[in-house]
Amino acid sequence: MKILVAIKRVVDFNVKVRVKADKTGVELANVKMSMNPFDEIAVEEAVRLKEAGKATEIIIVSIGPAAAQETIRTALAMGGDRGILVQTDAEVQPLAVAKVLKALAAKENPNLIVLGKQAIDDDSNQVGQMLAALLGWPQGTFASKVVVEGDGVAVTREVDGGLETISLKLPAVVTTDLRLNEPRYASLPNIMKAKKKTIDTMAPDALGVDVAPRLATLKVEEPPKRQGGVKVADVAALVDKLRNEAKVIG
Amino acid sequence: MTSLVLADHDNASLKAATLSAVTAAQQMGGDIHILVAGQGCGAVAQAASKIPGVAKVLIADAAPYAHALAEPLAALIVSLAGPYSHLVAPATSSGKNVMPRVAALLDVAQISDISAVTSADTFVRPIYAGNALATVQSKDAKKVVTVRGSTFDKAKAEGGSAAIENANPAADPGISSFVSQALSKSERPELTSARIVVSGGRGMGSGENFKIIEALADTLGAGVGASRAAVDAGYVPNDYQVGQTGKIVAPELYIAVGISGAIQHLAGMKDSKVIVAINKDPEAPIFQVADYGLVGDLFQIMPELTKSI
Repeated sequence: MKILVAIKRVVDFNVKVRVKADKTGVELANVKMSMNPFDEIAVEEAVRLKEAGKATEIIIVSIGPAAAQETIRTALAMGGDRGILVQTDAEVQPLAVAKVLKALAAKENPNLIVLGKQAIDDDSNQVGQMLAALLGWPQGTFASKVVVEGDGVAVTREVDGGLETISLKLPAVVTTDLRLNEPRYASLPNIMKAKKKTIDTMAPDALGVDVAPRLATLKVEEPPKRQGGVKVADVAALVDKLRNEAKVIG
Repeated sequence: MTSLVLADHDNASLKAATLSAVTAAQQMGGDIHILVAGQGCGAVAQAASKIPGVAKVLIADAAPYAHALAEPLAALIVSLAGPYSHLVAPATSSGKNVMPRVAALLDVAQISDISAVTSADTFVRPIYAGNALATVQSKDAKKVVTVRGSTFDKAKAEGGSAAIENANPAADPGISSFVSQALSKSERPELTSARIVVSGGRGMGSGENFKIIEALADTLGAGVGASRAAVDAGYVPNDYQVGQTGKIVAPELYIAVGISGAIQHLAGMKDSKVIVAINKDPEAPIFQVADYGLVGDLFQIMPELTKSI
């Protein structure tokens, strides 16, 4: 079984982002970038499926600037076999990402595509579902457990109020939630080995995909700041404030 | 211009997040229809028909919709989409699962998790875990939108009398099936609709110690939440998680206990009306957003607080 894993290079989750003064976006110059944390979980899951003998090849795909090569390299060091970079400096919105991945799926014929449930920059939570729709495949979103058996996959999903397990016919799309696994750190020998693995680079045009944005971002602003309040001395003072000042308890 | 709002429900009752989605749809303008897709979901359609301002309720009552599987449900919504300018769903786990599939089938963008409606085609949505707000305009013929429940008032649940019409089920793609579900059983109010939420963090030290959180919550009739640190430490299940990667809540009163206030947690609760922080570290970032802070040992404070309310 061939697995395709899609990853995104994003602002590192530890960075406190700043909105640009001209309100066109957030400051990305000289900011630490990393693999989207949910995508690391996707890479890890694919590698575990290969280690368990369920998968034969793992292809890592990213769409983005030349620097996304580094992110692909990280995924190759974790256990991916080869990489594809669809290189563009333009903004690529979720529907366009899904179309690019669909075009790659047509070339590579994977049985399973694994992605993070959302990227921590635009927080869209769309690509996996859209890709499944365009391919006519079933989707197992927000996965906390993935079991491949025969020509199907059982996916346990994080839903409001608990867990739900569904069964999907392969080929399928799975998007990962936090508790699916804990991604490994690449070892130094694996990082060295990853340097020799192939990364093919192509432009979105070469795949015949129109990546023009459908949403125009009119402005990006800081959210209203919440003012800190007061510190109270003890429980009695707290109860008094809640009862008589905030009036939120009876 | 007419919006079709997808009802979130469990075949027995309408989830409150649907009422927030109705409010958002009202702000987009035009008529509002509600789609109730499920199995044996007549009571939900009845409830939806009573929401004031709703012109029509469509009910699709058939086996493939029993568990809101994305594949048949998206096919149904697409088959009904023709006359609608807006397809709207609450940004619940169900709405987030199905609506991007609908958008892609219609070849339009989805606008995720909106926190405000500027006009019929322009919306505000949080990005970077709520650290920035983007105003986006859709150029597509149809707008597919999911709505963050905590930032819209709930529409009234009573007073309307919309007609209920049957919708024909669409062909089931037959590529997915429901196996089982394990829902956390709780007598407490659901986190996203609770008036008061009491949450514990890593400072709780153990799952056993969450009893003192639960004691206060039960005294107040509150929901119980947790930070991601407490979930990752295995103290409580993931569906307790409040934060960017968990549930977004905005209750009237949020009590954060032993929670330092990581960015990702603040993203999930900072729209609460009143925030109380109880933490032994006076420098904890949670105090920067708390209306009332109490520095001290939570194991002493919590029992005392429970007793004095």
